[in-house]
Amino acid sequence: MYMELRFHGRGGQGAVTAATILARAALLEGKWAQAIPEFGAERRGAPVSVYARISDKPIEVHSNVIEPDIVVVLDYELLKVVDVTKGLKEGGTVILNSPVNKSPIPSKYKVYCVNATRIAKELNLVVSGWPTVNTAMVGALAKATGVIGLESAVKAIEEYFSNPTLGKLNAEAAARSYKELEPCSD
Amino acid sequence: MSGTAAVVEKPKTYWVAPISYPAPASSGKTGLWRTERPVIHLEKCVKCLYCWLYCPEDTILRREDDYVYVDYDYCKGCGICAAVCPTNAIDMVPEGGES
Amino acid sequence: MVLKALTANHAVAEAAKLARVKVVSAYPITPQTTIVEKLAEMIEKGEMEAKMVRVESEHSALAATLGAAAAGARAFTATSSHGLLYMHEVLWWTSGARVPVVMAVVTRAIGPPWNIHVEHSDVMDQRDTGWIIGVAQENQEAFDLTLQAFRISEDPRVYLPMIVSLDAFILSHTVAPVDVPSQQEVDAWLPSRRQPYVISPETNVVMGNIADDADYYMMRYSINAAMEAAKKVVEEVDEEYGKAFGRRYGGLVECYNCDDADYIMVLMGSWAGDAKKASDLLREKGYRVGVMRVRFVRPWPREVVQEKLSNRKGVIVFDRSISFGSAGQLFTDVAASLYGSTSIRGVVAGLGGVDVRPEDFMNEVTDFVSHVEEFGRVYEPLRWHLPPKYAKSLAEEVSA
Repeated sequence: MYMELRFHGRGGQGAVTAATILARAALLEGKWAQAIPEFGAERRGAPVSVYARISDKPIEVHSNVIEPDIVVVLDYELLKVVDVTKGLKEGGTVILNSPVNKSPIPSKYKVYCVNATRIAKELNLVVSGWPTVNTAMVGALAKATGVIGLESAVKAIEEYFSNPTLGKLNAEAAARSYKELEPCSD
Repeated sequence: MSGTAAVVEKPKTYWVAPISYPAPASSGKTGLWRTERPVIHLEKCVKCLYCWLYCPEDTILRREDDYVYVDYDYCKGCGICAAVCPTNAIDMVPEGGES
Repeated sequence: MVLKALTANHAVAEAAKLARVKVVSAYPITPQTTIVEKLAEMIEKGEMEAKMVRVESEHSALAATLGAAAAGARAFTATSSHGLLYMHEVLWWTSGARVPVVMAVVTRAIGPPWNIHVEHSDVMDQRDTGWIIGVAQENQEAFDLTLQAFRISEDPRVYLPMIVSLDAFILSHTVAPVDVPSQQEVDAWLPSRRQPYVISPETNVVMGNIADDADYYMMRYSINAAMEAAKKVVEEVDEEYGKAFGRRYGGLVECYNCDDADYIMVLMGSWAGDAKKASDLLREKGYRVGVMRVRFVRPWPREVVQEKLSNRKGVIVFDRSISFGSAGQLFTDVAASLYGSTSIRGVVAGLGGVDVRPEDFMNEVTDFVSHVEEFGRVYEPLRWHLPPKYAKSLAEEVSA
């Protein structure tokens, strides 16, 4: 198994944390992983990409991920400004945080939607006015692709947060998202 | 003695002159970074120009009659204009996907 | 073995903590900052018993580190790019004083124009300062090299400071699995600090005093002798580390797919992983290609380079830096060691963090192979592997 992933978010939205939690979850399952931030100056609100690799063997390649198998979009508005399927492998998977359970992504890809923003708001996971959707999207990723299991995602999330209450809430976000995720199309 | 001013011989490629000049959109349309947009209610505006003065991105534009409007192509939605407005004439409204 | 998912920067901070570093002095610079940020956090939380000395510049950061180390403390600092260049003078002060010190260098391009991405120019600019320079390929190796650096630097046969070099962002900010041993295991492996002298406020002592010319000369001779001795120490430490922690890297260089190789790529740092992948793919196409990853730039592993690279059909050296007006720095060292015994080409690539992929290595190698097959003996010090968007514009650049 060897998978390359790309996360689309906005600076400050937690895409790096999502990739880091994915890497930790993979490690809990005895897999190897890299979580790779976009190499630039961070700017709140600006579109950012974060990359990850997961494999059952150690990974030594360090060049950029340009042909991902899986794309995770944390912010539906980004579809207007970023070509999220750029380089996506044929038959690749897109996981959208979508308020409408609809997707403008071509149907040659496997597309899944979940309203992670609503889930984050329901759980009061809002930081500086922004719903933190990253942990919900990790749950959605587990469901859609199986690259990690929900159990290890939940464990990795709970370990990530030093505040146990926050850890539980974020783990709950992942679990709800795992339950709610559905295939979607136009 | 040579003259006082240097002679500028423009090189064929810009790699020889690694400089740039201030210009709009050097980081692209930064309005895309916005998650909330300022909406100005002119009926409450008293033309104090605080928002115009405080905007860190120079995206509050001033009309000839001293009313103001927003350059949404480059406004990053920081909300400083709304915070400094003495008559609360500026609302911060979430952009589409965040509502 | 408990694997943790860590950035290389945090792995280096963990290693410094486990080495029981007593003084840290540093000045923030991207992409190094998260190393000392983490150390400051550990000290603040009481997890690490050390002093953080805040300073106004990198020049002072290394000076404070040197002062603490001369006074007998295990001392550590970290920097990048312009910060390292600003330290340059104090690098000479430290090696000349023969005081063991360990510094992490997160290698980054140098401005202007501004660029924070990976390039080896900053660390290669320090080759001649009398510091031992080790270079990591992975997060795990950044951790291991940091621990090893204290043992190497503080060995009485060496008594020289050491740089642990790791690539900007590709390692420094990328999360990957790292095996972090326990404090007990590290304590059992890393002996107490040793150094040639200790200064203290109770004793009058002069550092940097004027020396007789001949004595000065002999002190330089002695630094070089210590560098030569360090080669053996590096090998020993690699072996003992392997016994204690189960990881060996092969000492001064690591060879991959080398045994039957006709052609060998030589390079250092994180992109060696991509070169290894290229080597595997080239073998599937019938090219017998290996990779020699340079782990220590100083001391220069002349003997092993000669042993491993002589009598091959060709050697292709990839530098992520250049000595302007000459060639890549690794190339010049490799070429000097081989004195014409094999075909050799130097390629400069990936400057300013330009992505270099396994395909890029494959294309360069196959081009070199066809060149050698056509012309026999080849000596080509400098070939530019241009970024894709400018790959066709070399002629234009040359004519500018």
